[in-house]
Amino acid sequence: MTPTPLTIPDAAVPGTTPPAAVTPPASTVPVGAIFAPETVLDPSGPLAEGPTVLDDTVAPLGPWSGIVRAGQTLTIVDVGGNQSADFLVYNANNTAERYSVPDTLAAAGNAYLRTGSSLYSNEGRVLMRVVGNEIDRQDTIGGACSKESNTLRYGFHTEYQHACRENFLTEGARYGLGVRDLVSNINWFMNVPVEADGALGIVDGISAPGKRVALYAEIDVLVIVSNCPQMNNPCNDFNCTPLRMIITDTQTETDPA
Amino acid sequence: MTSLATQHPTDHVHNARSDARSRAALSSPFMPYRPAASSPFIPTDVDPAALTWAETVAPGGYTHRVLARGTRIRFEDPTGSACAHLLLFNAAAPGERLNTADTVKIPWQAYLGTDHPLLSGDGRVLATIAADTSGHHDAFCGTTTDAATLRKYGGSAAEGPTPSGRSRFLLAAAKHGLDARDLPPSVSLFQGVRIDEDGALRFVGSAGAGTQVDLIAEMPLLILVANVPHPLDPSPDYAVGPLRIHAWRGDPTGPDDERFTRTPELTRAYLNTIDYAQARGL
Ligand SMILES: [Zn+2]
Repeated sequence: MTPTPLTIPDAAVPGTTPPAAVTPPASTVPVGAIFAPETVLDPSGPLAEGPTVLDDTVAPLGPWSGIVRAGQTLTIVDVGGNQSADFLVYNANNTAERYSVPDTLAAAGNAYLRTGSSLYSNEGRVLMRVVGNEIDRQDTIGGACSKESNTLRYGFHTEYQHACRENFLTEGARYGLGVRDLVSNINWFMNVPVEADGALGIVDGISAPGKRVALYAEIDVLVIVSNCPQMNNPCNDFNCTPLRMIITDTQTETDPA
Repeated sequence: MTSLATQHPTDHVHNARSDARSRAALSSPFMPYRPAASSPFIPTDVDPAALTWAETVAPGGYTHRVLARGTRIRFEDPTGSACAHLLLFNAAAPGERLNTADTVKIPWQAYLGTDHPLLSGDGRVLATIAADTSGHHDAFCGTTTDAATLRKYGGSAAEGPTPSGRSRFLLAAAKHGLDARDLPPSVSLFQGVRIDEDGALRFVGSAGAGTQVDLIAEMPLLILVANVPHPLDPSPDYAVGPLRIHAWRGDPTGPDDERFTRTPELTRAYLNTIDYAQARGL
């Protein structure tokens, strides 16, 4: 007996088919501002050779996640320039193993990330390597913004504003991750100098539209990104712009022999 | 290009620090007031020194709090368009949480109002509705999911103009180490639903601007609040108003209170609650 194939029309799958949008509904929600109309946007392209496996745009303010398989390379494009891409990375097969700032800094003997930097886990293994980078230095000491820390940095009037910790929690929840899984992160395209007197803080960025970083996965990893919605400091040039995430298959890069 | 960035001298750390600190005096229509006694909206019948929580929740926003047993919590709907979706947990053991079925079944009453207990699944009162000038509430429809929100408004991004109630609860719960499994069906205040004879759920909306509801925390309470449109709200727009919250120190319901003996079920629910609290030294 040949079973009758079960066909489910798209419209019957909950959540897959938005209504034909005529005009978006009016909303009273105080959503954060996105980029000004005259902003220069450069979507650039992959910073690694090989066939494209995935090509996503992350809207301003929003989260993104994806699995990057061992041997693949993730290119992150700073489409609008000086847009902080808050970044966490986990062993995709055991998320208790995750990116570790101290292990990464101590192994490199340097406070900034550049081409050649290895992103170490809390178990001392390399999760990803920076194989391409188009800005002078990348930040991993500044951490992510949150509604809660915004009250400390800017005042209680900012607590209602959207923040990276919200994006990390929302996206992480899709994988069963929660607050215990949020650790200090990387902020691609954000500029956090430590000055001679020890002063540390986020200052004007040194990136530009179309600048890229490329990350080679040594093992299968889960990457979670927050396209930072912060509008109280220069991490986004006070102008939240999109990010582009491109995964290319670069399996040939490492030769097991 | 003239941009916001040109208004902010943030080229060096010391300048960036000054720029950040220059914002301290700013205000927002949606914010917590800390200390709570600094709230511009303190209820006239409340001693400001007793306040432990004062906040205006944004449309589409959420908040969460751990409150001592006995705390009195007032929700106000200043515009007549707020919708306060609530989840309650025993803060000392959050596996004990709001049970909406028991909340309508045990009191033999479908509609929330004054003296209605918000019951856990463990036979105890998490909170009592101690006062209510609205009467337009709902214990049946829960809150909105991402999928339903997407179908209704064309989008449901947590960071966007039409977030779902469940996405709000997920974030609030996450901040207490809880996840999706910890979110049971919720109740909502200020937008009413009635059940017709044939079972039809009839949205009756708001009782108008300026109504308020008081809860008494009968247990140490973890409360999650999401302020999003009711699932049956017929408006095509996402038109929810701000939600005001004040809480202050008070006493849990005890044998001397009139409501303690109002029904035999209530009496036993309070006895269970007091028994638990006394054993834990609460
Ligand atoms: Zn951020």
